[in-house]
Amino acid sequence: MRKTLDLTTVLLGILMILVFWQALSWLIDSPIMPSPLEVIPIFMTSLTGELGLHFLASTGRVLASITLAVITAVPAGLALGQMPKLNRIFDPLIAIVYPIPKIVFLPVIYVLLGITDISKIFLIAVIVFFQILVVVRDEAANLHPELILSVRSIGAGRRALFRYVYIPASLPAVLTALRISIGTAVAVLFIAEQSLTSYGLGYYIIVETYQVLLYPEMYAGILAMSLLGLTLYFLIDYLERVVNKHLYLEK
Amino acid sequence: MIEISQLTFSYSNQSCLFEAFSLSIKKGELWSIIGPSGCGKSTFLYLISRLIKSESGAISIDGETAHRPRPQTGLVLQDHGLLPWSTVQKNVALGLNIRKLYGPDGKHAPPGSKLDKTAEKRIIDYWLSRLGISDLKHKYPSQMSRGQRQRTALARTMALSPDLLLMDEPFSALDAPTSKDLQDLIVALNRERELTCLTVTHNIEEAVFMGRKILILGKTTNRDPEIINNPTATDSKHSSFQAMCEDIRAKLEKSA
Repeated sequence: MRKTLDLTTVLLGILMILVFWQALSWLIDSPIMPSPLEVIPIFMTSLTGELGLHFLASTGRVLASITLAVITAVPAGLALGQMPKLNRIFDPLIAIVYPIPKIVFLPVIYVLLGITDISKIFLIAVIVFFQILVVVRDEAANLHPELILSVRSIGAGRRALFRYVYIPASLPAVLTALRISIGTAVAVLFIAEQSLTSYGLGYYIIVETYQVLLYPEMYAGILAMSLLGLTLYFLIDYLERVVNKHLYLEK
Repeated sequence: MIEISQLTFSYSNQSCLFEAFSLSIKKGELWSIIGPSGCGKSTFLYLISRLIKSESGAISIDGETAHRPRPQTGLVLQDHGLLPWSTVQKNVALGLNIRKLYGPDGKHAPPGSKLDKTAEKRIIDYWLSRLGISDLKHKYPSQMSRGQRQRTALARTMALSPDLLLMDEPFSALDAPTSKDLQDLIVALNRERELTCLTVTHNIEEAVFMGRKILILGKTTNRDPEIINNPTATDSKHSSFQAMCEDIRAKLEKSA
């Protein structure tokens, strides 16, 4: 049985962060470490204002990237996993490209795709793409041949196999891959948003607050970024529990 | 019902399993197929189910020799045949759902086999209760014993009302009472609906119980089928049941 995060764990975690944060701000006693008591009210009020727009811009980019990555990586991963010959051809390439930090190609992507949101979305999609590709491929390769044979024996052609076997079999893998890559995706988003845009949490934290020494507001931005990461993570966790009931069973 | 003529098959780089092999199976017959491992008994079943293709020769079922799996043929494997992410009920309904996806096109579903929702539910409920798994219908495969999983697989296959049932080592991983129970069920189904049954097994007693005709396959290339007529089938209390088992054992030792 898999473990899921429960509410008490989450609340306890948040409480501990606040305590440490407050302790640090007393200890360091410098403008760069404001107290949470100062930051949280700013966060609350600005989230309904300007900060909210930055938050939405970032959320939109991340969701678009994830969507793009899922709809391309899942079919590709299934194809590689179910066709060993194809996999043998592409495996060396994937093995080399997988660990390369794709963010270094940011300038190249800017030149090729232009200085628009598409470049940022594309970059994050590429990173998530490889994560999903590899796990879906391995999952598809590990499907029991007996399972596919027996489903084919009750009349399934390619279409039914996709609908009843491949898609449900790879969903857990997709969600696991997303869970792993969400941190990287948000981190890359932060870097990519620091320039060549005027909306996004990366821009808000670096250009609008940090560079003009508005430290408490900067922390509000950091909180918003954390909120984005956490929300996505919990969303995936929730989806995992809904979609993969059979993995959370008590015997 | 099944006419196999001049069948030749080998896996790549391996010696020939079947060469110019011919066999005829009539409707409603009860067959078992036995032989040492690697003799091609599972392959033989897959060839009849048309999940794999022969190099040459023809297998005609009910007079037709198409190359895709036939919707009226049911196949039950030893294990791993159920969808782990679906409940028993959904697994049993899978075949009917697949047929719905394609419609009665004659390729994936028999022509004219359209069912409405209530008829479908009736069929699923019938087979759930016939296999004794009605109480488990909301359970997942991982929550059940092997025997219960095999019952589910049988219910799924029978829900499609096959006229030919192919079983590959269906009961070999089960405990004795469960496998006895399921053997009796298959024999009953064979009797009541003229269901042609072919059971592949390595268990001699199962082969004798489940085969009015027993096909013995050998480790070397199979050319002429060795078929034993078995009057003691489906009756393990028959006075010569044990003698038949001994007879098969001796023949298997000779061919190994």
